[in-house]
Amino acid sequence: MGFEKFLFYVFAAIAVFAAGMVVTRRNPVHAVLYLVLAFVSSAALWLLIEAEFLGIVLVLVYVGAVMVLFLFVVMMLDIEVAALRAQFIRHLPLGLVIAAVMIINMVLVVGPWNFGLDSFAKPVPQPEGYSNTTVLGLDLFRTYLYQFEIAAVVLLVAIVAAIRLTLRRRANTKHQEPSEQVRVRKGPERIRLVAMRAEAVPASVPRIGSGPGADPNDAKEQGE
Amino acid sequence: MPFEAAYLYTILPELVILITASVVLVVDLYLRDDQKGLNHSLTLVGLVLALASVGLVGGDQTATAFGGAFVRDPMSDLLKGVVIVLTLFTFVYSSNYMRDRDMWVGEYHVLVLFSLLGVMIMISANDFLSMYLGLELLALCLYALVAFDRDSKAGSEAAMKYFVLGSIGTGMLLYGISMLYGATGGIGFGDVAAAVAATGTDDKVLVFGLVFVLIGIAFKFGAVPFHMWMPDVYQGAPAPVVLFLSSAPKVAAFAMAARILLDALPGLLADWGDILIILSVLSMAVGNVVAIAQTNIKRMLAYSTVSHVGFIFFGLLAGTEQGYAAAMFYAVVYGLMAVGAFGVLVMISHKGFEAENLDDLKGLGDRDPWLAAMMTLVMFSMAGVPPMVGFMAKLLVLEAVVNVGLIWLAIVAVVFSIIGAFYYLRVVKMIYFDKPEVMDPVTASGSARIAVSVNGLAILFLGMFPAGLLALCEAAF
Repeated sequence: MGFEKFLFYVFAAIAVFAAGMVVTRRNPVHAVLYLVLAFVSSAALWLLIEAEFLGIVLVLVYVGAVMVLFLFVVMMLDIEVAALRAQFIRHLPLGLVIAAVMIINMVLVVGPWNFGLDSFAKPVPQPEGYSNTTVLGLDLFRTYLYQFEIAAVVLLVAIVAAIRLTLRRRANTKHQEPSEQVRVRKGPERIRLVAMRAEAVPASVPRIGSGPGADPNDAKEQGE
Repeated sequence: MPFEAAYLYTILPELVILITASVVLVVDLYLRDDQKGLNHSLTLVGLVLALASVGLVGGDQTATAFGGAFVRDPMSDLLKGVVIVLTLFTFVYSSNYMRDRDMWVGEYHVLVLFSLLGVMIMISANDFLSMYLGLELLALCLYALVAFDRDSKAGSEAAMKYFVLGSIGTGMLLYGISMLYGATGGIGFGDVAAAVAATGTDDKVLVFGLVFVLIGIAFKFGAVPFHMWMPDVYQGAPAPVVLFLSSAPKVAAFAMAARILLDALPGLLADWGDILIILSVLSMAVGNVVAIAQTNIKRMLAYSTVSHVGFIFFGLLAGTEQGYAAAMFYAVVYGLMAVGAFGVLVMISHKGFEAENLDDLKGLGDRDPWLAAMMTLVMFSMAGVPPMVGFMAKLLVLEAVVNVGLIWLAIVAVVFSIIGAFYYLRVVKMIYFDKPEVMDPVTASGSARIAVSVNGLAILFLGMFPAGLLALCEAAF
């Protein structure tokens, strides 16, 4: 067993283990962290098949950006773990049976007797100095230009759809209007002095600071 | 294969749609609420221009672009023309409905136009990558459109179901594509077909990939047992969205099946033919029988779609040019009928009232005789009553199946069609023989009335003179 093969089995085992932990963990934050582990070990597997650029992008984009965002969302959501768990256990037997049938089927078809080195020859390693990134760039912008452009449209649609589904003005939300704020000029627009008669202070209130209503700024806030 | 400027001419219809969508997206920002009608006009102009450019670019010869990623042939010309017309109908029918419900915004036009772009990319795809990307573009727009009414709980739920099940379907498709790539070493449909012809068809990996690709196709079509999303999505989504969802994307699903099965995997006909037999018989049985039990007309039409998908598969599995042409004819005709049926539903809904239940159609003959006549034409056509075009479509498919010796299959199809005729005719009975529950006159716009008349009379006209459309379908194979 060569060193490469050894590495493959190590990382593959970690990936499968992490994937299993993702679906069985009680705490969603743990599940997300295991998902990160699964991504990192998949990135290592990609490095082994000489897809260095993709491996690094997987770590940078998925682990670095997407999963961190995911972690934030999971931490902010108040997920009812017990309810999820009850569902999980209720459907577990059926799920296990289907998974078992599918795994048996898949092993029979894509097992070593149909997929070994004799049916698919080992690819020739790339020569030294071969740049994965250069080739990918050339392919992407020359051979697969059309597909690349469609992918751009897909991203545009994702933006439009996300904005349509989430952006809404509620009547009672408080928000700032920067465009109006910067237009305010010095003088009466910025501050409004309200003349008020001084009120008699009740004896029970200590005379430290100003009482409510006496301060012109307070009056302004209530007036707005 | 560097870029050539001539490619841009070949993809002109797609470019027109893309530019229209982008223009609407930007122009919408500068419109006040009372000017939103301009979106509608811009969209219609763009669609008409796209239709003209399909005719301009089209022809008998086949042209490819972008190193074989894109193909333009008689099949793509016809199907693109049809989906653009179906989208035109969609916009004309939906204007009043969406305006009444505060959904007449630029995003609606943009998302429908981008889904149309996805459909057209799928129709012209010549490799697995562009097929997949077109499918994703279409699916992403449809998820958002189903949830377009943000305040509707049913809509959000439907969109979530559609999203999860659609993602599973796409995942299956991708897995199958990766297997096919592993077995053949190519993603172009021509490359895959050549590799299959060279290595033979007893490769297990190849068949394994084929099965997953077929599952993906069946998901998009909504064939049994992958139809679970359809009734819920049809019920939950706004009616104009369902109108679009049930027409152009089904034509796209046909194009996807035809491109993948006939262009890339013709060598595996024996394998996918058998799988399609199971899918189509199950679809006809479940679709037609379950539709009888529905009281919600949107759900009923969803199950009716499932049964029509069975017929489209019939034509494909016959494995002859006659069968393929019949399947294409059926897909086109189905799009026309679905648009008509949902168009009438959209038109009889008005502010604060949603026509969803079969009972809402009661007495339509008294309330609006012309609209009732059009709905009757559509229902007769779906049931397969001559001289409507639905009869012609069913006849052609059955003829193709009988010609390859699958007589038992034809008998099964006829039996289930007769069962299915019950619920279509029940709608006609409710329209003419039941007392109306609401007496308000139908407040549909004039343009929608013209559109529904064109739609209904086209169904009648094509049924009596099917030769022209049929010749176009036959020229494609």
